[in-house]
Amino acid sequence: MTLVVSDLCVDHGAIRAISGVCFEVGKGQLAAVIGANGAGKTTLLRTLSGLKSTSSGTAFWNGHDLLHAKPEQLVRLGISHVSEGKSVIPELTVEENLNLGALWRSNGAEAPATLIQVLATFPRLAERRSQLADTLSGGERQMLAIGRALMSKPELLLLDEPSLGLAPLVIAQIFQSIRDLTSAMGLTVVLVEQNAMSALKIADIGIVLNLGSVVVSDTAKNLIENPQVRAAYLGY
Amino acid sequence: MYQFINTVLNGITSGAIFSLMAIALVLVWRSTRVINFAQSGMALLSTYIGFECIQRLHSFWIALPLSMIAGAFFAALVDTFFMRVLFRRTADGPISGVAPIIATLGLLGLIRSSLGMIVGNSDASIRPPVSNVGFTVSGHTLAFSPLKLMTLSMVIALMLGLTLVFQRTNLGLALRASAYAPEIARLAGVRVDAIRTIGWALAGAAGAAAGMLQTPNGNGALAPDSLEFNLLLVFGFIAAVIGGLESLVGAVVGGLVLGLFLAFIQYYVSGSLVFIAAFCILIIVLLLKPKGLLGSKAGRRA
Amino acid sequence: MHKILHTNLGRALFFTALGFGLFLASNRIDELRVYQGATLAMFVVAISSLILLTGYSGQVSLGHGAIMAIGAYAAALARIHWGLPVWLCFSAAVVVAAFAGAVLGTAAARLSGPYLAGTTLALAVGLPSIANQFHVLGGEQGLLFDIGQPPSWLGADFTSYKWYFWIGSSACLITLWWLQNILRSRYGRTWRAVRGNEVAAQLCGIHAGKSKTLAFSVSSGLAGLAGALLAMTISTVSPSAFPLSLSFTLLTGAVLSGITTLPGVIIGAVTLVATPEIADAISQRMANSESVTTNLPGLLVSALLILVVLFVPNGPVEQMRMFRVKARSHTKN
Repeated sequence: MTLVVSDLCVDHGAIRAISGVCFEVGKGQLAAVIGANGAGKTTLLRTLSGLKSTSSGTAFWNGHDLLHAKPEQLVRLGISHVSEGKSVIPELTVEENLNLGALWRSNGAEAPATLIQVLATFPRLAERRSQLADTLSGGERQMLAIGRALMSKPELLLLDEPSLGLAPLVIAQIFQSIRDLTSAMGLTVVLVEQNAMSALKIADIGIVLNLGSVVVSDTAKNLIENPQVRAAYLGY
Repeated sequence: MYQFINTVLNGITSGAIFSLMAIALVLVWRSTRVINFAQSGMALLSTYIGFECIQRLHSFWIALPLSMIAGAFFAALVDTFFMRVLFRRTADGPISGVAPIIATLGLLGLIRSSLGMIVGNSDASIRPPVSNVGFTVSGHTLAFSPLKLMTLSMVIALMLGLTLVFQRTNLGLALRASAYAPEIARLAGVRVDAIRTIGWALAGAAGAAAGMLQTPNGNGALAPDSLEFNLLLVFGFIAAVIGGLESLVGAVVGGLVLGLFLAFIQYYVSGSLVFIAAFCILIIVLLLKPKGLLGSKAGRRA
Repeated sequence: MHKILHTNLGRALFFTALGFGLFLASNRIDELRVYQGATLAMFVVAISSLILLTGYSGQVSLGHGAIMAIGAYAAALARIHWGLPVWLCFSAAVVVAAFAGAVLGTAAARLSGPYLAGTTLALAVGLPSIANQFHVLGGEQGLLFDIGQPPSWLGADFTSYKWYFWIGSSACLITLWWLQNILRSRYGRTWRAVRGNEVAAQLCGIHAGKSKTLAFSVSSGLAGLAGALLAMTISTVSPSAFPLSLSFTLLTGAVLSGITTLPGVIIGAVTLVATPEIADAISQRMANSESVTTNLPGLLVSALLILVVLFVPNGPVEQMRMFRVKARSHTKN
């Protein structure tokens, strides 16, 4: 039950966004991918979830090839991607946004139970169940986006910058929920973050990207103590 | 006074048919960001199929759903085997913006001229299934007839049906999600391509219904080069634009507003100004309220 | 040849030489071909007007048939009511259509692709029916547009068809020469900039709305000229001469020519002139029934439109150019 990425290369037109990236994430692990703007973090996630086509390399989840499948097929393999910038649909209500995540599952019987579970995780959403997603605050939208991903009962969760544009207090809250969920549901998580410190604090392993290549990958603990990483990404 | 009531009732009836066409255009616009100029051709084809059904089965009531199914089926074929190929082949380059417009126009021409070759000059017509003689109220004969009542109730029933599908079913949720945010819908596991085809099919059915109801409401005649269907397309487009092009509720409101407005122009000003008036209202709405009378947020909901 | 076209003098010489060639040719071919030559010239002007609008300014019009009608009616009214000389009638067609285009273009400049397409389509559907309702426009029968006999100094055996051809090809050559010049001018560059990236163009100080309105107006003026030429060849102006299918036909011609490039315009025009003849030949061989004869040209035009959009969306000329570029870069490697 692992995510194995090896020698992955992705091009944006003539520009190579990711070159020769290799890493592994074991079952139940939370991996934080950190790096500066333009390091290729978002591209990496979009490639893993089928939104972006690859140039070369391989990526497997439990032996399934991720690089030649469409996003809607990958969801059926237990992979959920929360894309950058609070990916909710503002024209739908909170409950509709959540139900969207469970639409594809043929036996709809489980969906209400999952819904209750998700609403218990994010009580704020329960209060706003029938409101339009448009009326939510930034933090609530991020909770909704994660909640929608959880409705698909994923085994692998890909999170893109959940802290983007949020207040520090809200960030702490969201990251705590991510950590709790990972442990409680046995999820494997790949978390892409610019907010390196917060991400590494809750992660098991960390991968540092720079200009499309892996600079270091180690346990999160070691990375926090690594003087170079501290200087370049943690700011002290 | 009776004149006024007549005008309102007639305006609502013709407006309801415009609404159906507008709904068809909006459904396609929302699912693939294309104005389907072939919609009138597809409606024409479905109406001919309905006409053939009436000839064989002698019942308008069986022919109507059959023609709607045929319309849905044809629209689904067009999306799967034509539009998808088109989008793949013209994804970039200077032509990408105009290609769908040109392609649907070509399709319109293709449908009309092939229909013309097949049916030729044989005069087809659909007779009203119920009387078109106006109701009599305390000695006055209204211009509002059982046929118009039937048309109006059919349109209302279809709209209610569509609203239920969109608001209460999983399919409706998938349709709305794919329309508003295709990428998020895909990430949530919705097969957006298939859902789009369903959107086209619903549009095909709505267009077929518009054609089947409009024909007996006019003079009943059906011809491959009929101006009636061109006008239906244009008025449907104007109604959709009035409603903001994004919303089904908007399409219905737009159709009714346009129908009423044109009925008043026809009775109180001049019949020959109807088209000019419609064109002016289109230009005014586009310049003053480009997002439609309902505005974007409220309009985009349903 | 490309180098000759890059200088002003070169272009003027090129088009003069072309005109002289056409003049010589008109003496050697039979009447029917001469008449088709006049139609060809009309289509070249009409298609260029559409290419200017769509290819260079990025706007799309499904209603150029209606704008041609405006020009044709203007020319006919000027001839009937004021008895103006022919060349002034054509100028009237250009001016009136350009004015109508400026009014429409003001609205059009604020509309994006599908909205503009729908609005111009509405115009194409509605305008002929408007002409039906006004007495001054002659109703269903329309108006007579008689440009008179060719001047006597051309000789007694100079036929009307040849006269049409001369007028048509001069108008066409002048149009193309003028277009070549304007597309290389400041205006041409502005249009291309706005088409390429409206925001970027605005940041460079270009008024995108004005630029689009101007393009629409110029394109309409040319379409008006084409309308007057069409009216000349059939001697009448009536609603049935400008049906919705005319707008579609023009669009097919433009797409066939390669909607982004002017040089291919002759391909589109020749195809449009040839289509009815081909359709005629096929229908005579096939069935010769009336419904086939009347509908086959439309069928061919629409089928052609769809095939071109699907398989050579940028037009055959551009496709060849891209092919050559690819081949060249291949040999370099």
